[in-house]
Amino acid sequence: MSGVRVLVGTRKGAFILTSDGKRERWDISGPHFGGWEIYHLTGSPADPSRLYASQSTGWFGQLIQRSDDGGKTWEPVGNQFEYDGVPGTHQWYDGTPHPWEFARVWHLEPSPADPDTVYAGVEDAALFRSIDGGQTWQELPGLRGHDSGPSWQPGAGGMCLHTIVLDPNDAGRIFVAISAAGVFRTDDAGKTWRPVNRGLRSQGIPDEDAEVGHCVHRIAMHRSRPDVLFMQKHWDVMRSDDAGESWHEVSGNLPTDFGFPIDVHAHEPDTIYVVPIKSDSEHYPPAGKLRVYRSRTGGNEWEALTKGLPQSDCYVNVLRDAMAVDSLDSCGVYFGTTGGQVYVSADGGDNWAPIVRDLPAVLSVEVQTLP
Amino acid sequence: MIRVVLPAHLRALAHVGGEVALDVQGQATQRSVLDALETRYPMLRGTIRDHVTQQRRAFVRFYACEEDLSHDQPDAPLPESVATGAEPFMVVGAMAGG
Repeated sequence: MSGVRVLVGTRKGAFILTSDGKRERWDISGPHFGGWEIYHLTGSPADPSRLYASQSTGWFGQLIQRSDDGGKTWEPVGNQFEYDGVPGTHQWYDGTPHPWEFARVWHLEPSPADPDTVYAGVEDAALFRSIDGGQTWQELPGLRGHDSGPSWQPGAGGMCLHTIVLDPNDAGRIFVAISAAGVFRTDDAGKTWRPVNRGLRSQGIPDEDAEVGHCVHRIAMHRSRPDVLFMQKHWDVMRSDDAGESWHEVSGNLPTDFGFPIDVHAHEPDTIYVVPIKSDSEHYPPAGKLRVYRSRTGGNEWEALTKGLPQSDCYVNVLRDAMAVDSLDSCGVYFGTTGGQVYVSADGGDNWAPIVRDLPAVLSVEVQTLP
Repeated sequence: MIRVVLPAHLRALAHVGGEVALDVQGQATQRSVLDALETRYPMLRGTIRDHVTQQRRAFVRFYACEEDLSHDQPDAPLPESVATGAEPFMVVGAMAGG
């Protein structure tokens, strides 16, 4: 019988949650790498036994861990992330130039075709790639070397490259998102990049519809329709129908359009999910009610999903990498909170239940659908 | 034989339980001890000092013989009692919350 493996990164270690296709009873494994921040762990689409994890602390820096047995055992692989050439400067919070400094890996994105090829999005923002299973890493310097690079500035969480979306139909096309620079696209496998932010409007930057400078929190794509992208921006939920060439707002009737994650139903390309958060200074749900909002129309018309979620006195956040969907027939939706809960809905969001309630603050959630 | 004490996270990473005993070629210095440590335990590369610049990470300190050696030159001789194994060379994570 098919099943799922949910990969959870937290402030103090990694956890692996497994279940059969019913997604009712769960086995919990962990903490793996207890005490370390696990910004992200994820599996290779080409080999589900191959997992990668980003492990770091402020004391001992960055490690990358690899598993070849679905997370039972792990081996540290390469952790040398050297910017290509002389790194130069970007803007600091106060607008002064600041040298590019590696802090950590935020997100790992394995190739859909090759388990040994994996991309890493890092802080300070840059894109690295390994083609040897994580043993060595090379920067794709054309991104950071874009003319706008010296003007990029950090968001509140640091100047991070947090989202990597690989076009399933075009190996040369990659989208990345950087806080707070925006979305960039390459069509030549990472040699050259250009910003694709037309239509975004952001207060807090001198030119609110500037080409670069937007605090994009997350972008998502359905693999059947790679030209359609959905975005949760700092404020505003946005949609592009032309691979990022232009964006339009689809916040519609959301109670607030601030938030972090956004994801797409596995089988319905126009069904999308967000978790509205009250504001950028409050970082908790409106009215103490944890509600996932679902649109079945690709945006604008949203419904609150509340069954099984706390509807009073709830003041957790859901971070940008902490939502995922499985690809079972009845699509499962998962998200983790800064309060340490991981919730699952086995019916596309209609009903929710906690898998675990008391983990450390959840930084990331991924799910593998297993045969 | 040089004795090295690692912080708990790095002991777990290197799969060692207590002190590490190292044969160090030539004079015992911070650099020669860390070179020998990283040769034996390559997974520690980058966790104590930078891969390229070899600068000590900001929240890592080096203590021995009740002294803070963190700001000594990497090629300065370590105390004789460390070189003979009478006292350990301690790699310490700064007490900085977390």
